[in-house]
Amino acid sequence: MELTIKYFGMLAEATTIHEEQIQTEACFVSELIKKLKDQYPKLHQNDFKVAVNQQLVDHNYFINNQTEVALLPPFAGG
Amino acid sequence: MEKKKTKNVFVQGAISSEFIGQSIAKHQTKTNIGAHNIFLGQVRADIIDGKTVTAIDYTAYEEMANQKFHEIREATFAKYDLTCMHIYHSLGQVNIGEICLFVFVSSPRRKIVFKALEYVVEAIKADVPVFGKEIFEDQTHQWKQNT
Repeated sequence: MELTIKYFGMLAEATTIHEEQIQTEACFVSELIKKLKDQYPKLHQNDFKVAVNQQLVDHNYFINNQTEVALLPPFAGG
Repeated sequence: MEKKKTKNVFVQGAISSEFIGQSIAKHQTKTNIGAHNIFLGQVRADIIDGKTVTAIDYTAYEEMANQKFHEIREATFAKYDLTCMHIYHSLGQVNIGEICLFVFVSSPRRKIVFKALEYVVEAIKADVPVFGKEIFEDQTHQWKQNT
Protein backbone atom coordinates (compact mmCIF):
# COMPACT_ATOMS: atom_id res chain seq x y z
CA MET A 1 0.00 0.00 0.00
CA GLU A 2 1.04 3.59 -0.50
CA LEU A 3 1.23 5.97 2.45
CA THR A 4 1.61 9.72 2.39
CA ILE A 5 3.89 10.81 5.22
CA LYS A 6 3.81 14.44 6.31
CA TYR A 7 6.47 16.12 8.44
CA PHE A 8 5.95 19.38 10.31
CA GLY A 9 8.05 21.96 12.13
CA MET A 10 11.34 20.63 13.50
CA LEU A 11 10.60 17.24 11.91
CA ALA A 12 10.48 18.76 8.43
CA GLU A 13 13.82 20.33 9.31
CA ALA A 14 15.22 16.97 10.49
CA THR A 15 14.13 15.10 7.35
CA THR A 16 14.53 18.12 5.00
CA ILE A 17 11.16 17.27 3.41
CA HIS A 18 7.55 18.16 4.16
CA GLU A 19 5.89 15.20 2.52
CA GLU A 20 6.65 11.93 0.76
CA GLN A 21 4.92 8.83 -0.54
CA ILE A 22 6.21 5.48 0.61
CA GLN A 23 5.29 1.88 -0.24
CA THR A 24 4.88 -0.40 2.73
CA GLU A 25 3.09 -3.51 3.92
CA ALA A 26 0.32 -3.07 6.48
CA CYS A 27 2.03 -2.36 9.78
CA PHE A 28 1.78 -0.95 13.27
CA VAL A 29 2.59 2.71 13.79
CA SER A 30 5.58 1.60 15.89
CA GLU A 31 6.99 -0.34 12.91
CA LEU A 32 6.51 2.60 10.58
CA ILE A 33 8.23 4.92 13.07
CA LYS A 34 11.19 2.56 13.31
CA LYS A 35 11.50 2.48 9.55
CA LEU A 36 11.37 6.29 9.32
CA LYS A 37 13.90 6.70 12.12
CA ASP A 38 16.25 4.31 10.30
CA GLN A 39 15.86 6.41 7.18
CA TYR A 40 16.14 9.76 8.97
CA PRO A 41 18.42 9.25 12.02
CA LYS A 42 17.85 12.86 13.13
CA LEU A 43 14.26 11.89 14.03
CA HIS A 44 15.70 10.06 17.06
CA GLN A 45 16.39 13.47 18.63
CA ASN A 46 12.79 14.63 18.35
CA ASP A 47 9.68 14.09 20.38
CA PHE A 48 6.56 13.69 18.24
CA LYS A 49 2.98 12.45 18.06
CA VAL A 50 1.49 10.55 15.16
CA ALA A 51 -1.79 11.33 13.41
CA VAL A 52 -3.39 8.88 10.97
CA ASN A 53 -5.95 10.51 8.71
CA GLN A 54 -5.84 13.56 11.00
CA GLN A 55 -6.59 11.63 14.21
CA LEU A 56 -3.93 11.19 16.88
CA VAL A 57 -3.13 7.50 17.37
CA ASP A 58 -0.81 5.55 19.66
CA HIS A 59 2.00 3.29 18.55
CA ASN A 60 -0.23 0.18 18.68
CA TYR A 61 -2.48 1.49 15.93
CA PHE A 62 -2.51 -0.79 12.89
CA ILE A 63 -2.22 0.91 9.49
CA ASN A 64 -3.86 -1.25 6.85
CA ASN A 65 -5.17 1.12 4.27
CA GLN A 66 -4.09 3.92 2.00
CA THR A 67 -3.59 6.59 4.54
CA GLU A 68 -2.15 9.95 5.41
CA VAL A 69 0.27 9.73 8.30
CA ALA A 70 1.54 12.93 9.93
CA LEU A 71 4.43 13.28 12.37
CA LEU A 72 3.64 16.15 14.71
CA PRO A 73 6.21 17.87 16.94
CA PRO A 74 5.08 19.61 20.18
CA PHE A 75 2.22 22.07 19.60
CA ALA A 76 2.89 25.78 19.92
CA GLY A 77 -0.36 27.49 19.01
CA GLY A 78 -1.41 30.80 20.49
CA MET B 1 -27.42 22.21 18.40
CA GLU B 2 -27.02 23.07 14.75
CA LYS B 3 -24.06 21.45 12.99
CA LYS B 4 -21.72 24.04 11.61
CA LYS B 5 -19.36 23.61 8.71
CA THR B 6 -15.63 23.55 9.46
CA LYS B 7 -14.26 27.06 9.04
CA ASN B 8 -10.79 28.21 8.15
CA VAL B 9 -9.40 29.74 11.31
CA PHE B 10 -6.06 30.78 9.83
CA VAL B 11 -5.06 34.22 8.62
CA GLN B 12 -1.77 35.11 6.99
CA GLY B 13 0.51 37.16 9.23
CA ALA B 14 -0.41 39.21 12.31
CA ILE B 15 -4.00 39.94 13.32
CA SER B 16 -4.46 43.72 13.18
CA SER B 17 -6.13 45.85 15.83
CA GLU B 18 -8.39 47.21 13.04
CA PHE B 19 -9.65 43.69 12.32
CA ILE B 20 -10.28 43.10 16.03
CA GLY B 21 -12.09 46.45 16.34
CA GLN B 22 -14.28 45.66 13.33
CA SER B 23 -15.13 42.25 14.80
CA ILE B 24 -16.39 43.95 17.95
CA ALA B 25 -18.37 46.51 15.94
CA LYS B 26 -20.12 43.76 13.94
CA HIS B 27 -21.72 42.49 17.14
CA GLN B 28 -23.62 45.71 17.84
CA THR B 29 -26.60 44.34 15.91
CA LYS B 30 -26.75 41.22 18.13
CA THR B 31 -28.62 42.88 20.95
CA ASN B 32 -29.27 39.71 22.96
CA ILE B 33 -25.56 39.76 23.87
CA GLY B 34 -24.72 41.30 27.23
CA ALA B 35 -21.08 40.25 27.60
CA HIS B 36 -18.08 39.74 25.32
CA ASN B 37 -14.76 38.30 26.36
CA ILE B 38 -11.64 38.46 24.21
CA PHE B 39 -8.27 36.73 24.38
CA LEU B 40 -5.39 38.14 22.38
CA GLY B 41 -2.19 36.13 22.15
CA GLN B 42 0.80 38.42 21.58
CA VAL B 43 4.27 37.35 20.48
CA ARG B 44 6.66 37.90 23.39
CA ALA B 45 10.31 38.93 23.11
CA ASP B 46 11.62 35.99 25.14
CA ILE B 47 15.33 35.96 25.92
CA ILE B 48 16.72 32.44 25.52
CA ASP B 49 20.40 31.78 26.21
CA GLY B 50 21.11 35.49 25.82
CA LYS B 51 19.34 35.82 22.46
CA THR B 52 16.11 37.75 22.00
CA VAL B 53 13.17 36.45 20.00
CA THR B 54 12.16 38.90 17.27
CA ALA B 55 9.32 36.96 15.60
CA ILE B 56 7.56 33.62 15.43
CA ASP B 57 7.00 31.88 12.12
CA TYR B 58 3.83 29.77 12.43
CA THR B 59 3.02 26.68 10.41
CA ALA B 60 0.23 24.16 10.92
CA TYR B 61 -1.18 20.85 9.80
CA GLU B 62 -4.01 22.95 8.47
CA GLU B 63 -6.64 20.32 7.68
CA MET B 64 -6.29 18.67 11.09
CA ALA B 65 -5.98 22.01 12.87
CA ASN B 66 -9.19 23.35 11.35
CA GLN B 67 -10.93 20.10 12.29
CA LYS B 68 -9.64 20.48 15.87
CA PHE B 69 -10.78 24.10 16.01
CA HIS B 70 -14.19 22.89 14.83
CA GLU B 71 -14.32 20.21 17.56
CA ILE B 72 -13.30 22.77 20.19
CA ARG B 73 -16.03 25.11 18.94
CA GLU B 74 -18.69 22.37 19.08
CA ALA B 75 -17.58 21.23 22.55
CA THR B 76 -17.62 24.80 23.85
CA PHE B 77 -21.12 25.49 22.52
CA ALA B 78 -22.30 22.22 24.09
CA LYS B 79 -20.78 23.16 27.45
CA TYR B 80 -21.55 26.89 27.67
CA ASP B 81 -24.55 29.00 26.68
CA LEU B 82 -22.78 31.21 24.16
CA THR B 83 -24.36 33.40 21.52
CA CYS B 84 -21.31 33.28 19.28
CA MET B 85 -17.64 32.46 19.12
CA HIS B 86 -14.85 33.45 16.74
CA ILE B 87 -11.30 32.12 16.55
CA TYR B 88 -8.48 33.45 14.35
CA HIS B 89 -4.89 32.18 14.38
CA SER B 90 -1.92 33.48 12.42
CA LEU B 91 0.21 31.58 9.95
CA GLY B 92 3.57 32.81 8.72
CA GLN B 93 5.65 35.46 10.42
CA VAL B 94 4.32 37.45 13.37
CA ASN B 95 6.71 39.96 14.94
CA ILE B 96 7.08 40.55 18.67
CA GLY B 97 4.30 42.76 20.01
CA GLU B 98 1.90 41.63 17.26
CA ILE B 99 -1.20 39.50 17.77
CA CYS B 100 -1.15 35.85 16.69
CA LEU B 101 -4.35 34.52 18.30
CA PHE B 102 -7.75 36.19 18.64
CA VAL B 103 -10.54 34.37 20.47
CA PHE B 104 -13.87 36.15 20.92
CA VAL B 105 -16.82 34.71 22.86
CA SER B 106 -20.17 36.36 23.53
CA SER B 107 -23.13 35.52 25.73
CA PRO B 108 -26.18 37.20 27.24
CA ARG B 109 -24.45 37.15 30.67
CA ARG B 110 -20.92 37.72 31.91
CA LYS B 111 -20.08 34.69 34.07
CA ILE B 112 -20.23 32.27 31.17
CA VAL B 113 -17.83 34.19 28.95
CA PHE B 114 -15.03 34.11 31.54
CA LYS B 115 -15.23 30.33 31.84
CA ALA B 116 -15.82 29.67 28.16
CA LEU B 117 -12.87 31.79 27.02
CA GLU B 118 -10.40 30.01 29.29
CA TYR B 119 -11.72 26.65 28.14
CA VAL B 120 -11.30 27.56 24.46
CA VAL B 121 -7.81 29.02 24.82
CA GLU B 122 -6.49 26.10 26.88
CA ALA B 123 -7.95 23.61 24.37
CA ILE B 124 -6.29 25.45 21.48
CA LYS B 125 -2.92 25.40 23.23
CA ALA B 126 -3.17 21.67 24.01
CA ASP B 127 -4.93 20.11 21.01
CA VAL B 128 -4.32 22.05 17.81
CA PRO B 129 -1.34 21.11 15.62
CA VAL B 130 0.23 24.53 15.18
CA PHE B 131 4.02 24.87 15.21
CA GLY B 132 6.07 27.96 16.00
CA LYS B 133 9.61 28.75 14.96
CA GLU B 134 11.06 31.39 17.27
CA ILE B 135 13.42 33.56 15.25
CA PHE B 136 16.23 35.41 17.02
CA GLU B 137 17.95 38.70 16.11
CA ASP B 138 20.83 36.82 14.46
CA GLN B 139 18.36 34.83 12.28
CA THR B 140 19.01 31.58 14.15
CA HIS B 141 15.92 29.89 15.52
CA GLN B 142 14.46 27.36 17.91
CA TRP B 143 11.09 25.60 18.01
CA LYS B 144 8.51 26.85 20.49
CA GLN B 145 6.70 24.42 22.74
CA ASN B 146 3.52 25.16 24.71
CA THR B 147 3.80 24.56 28.44
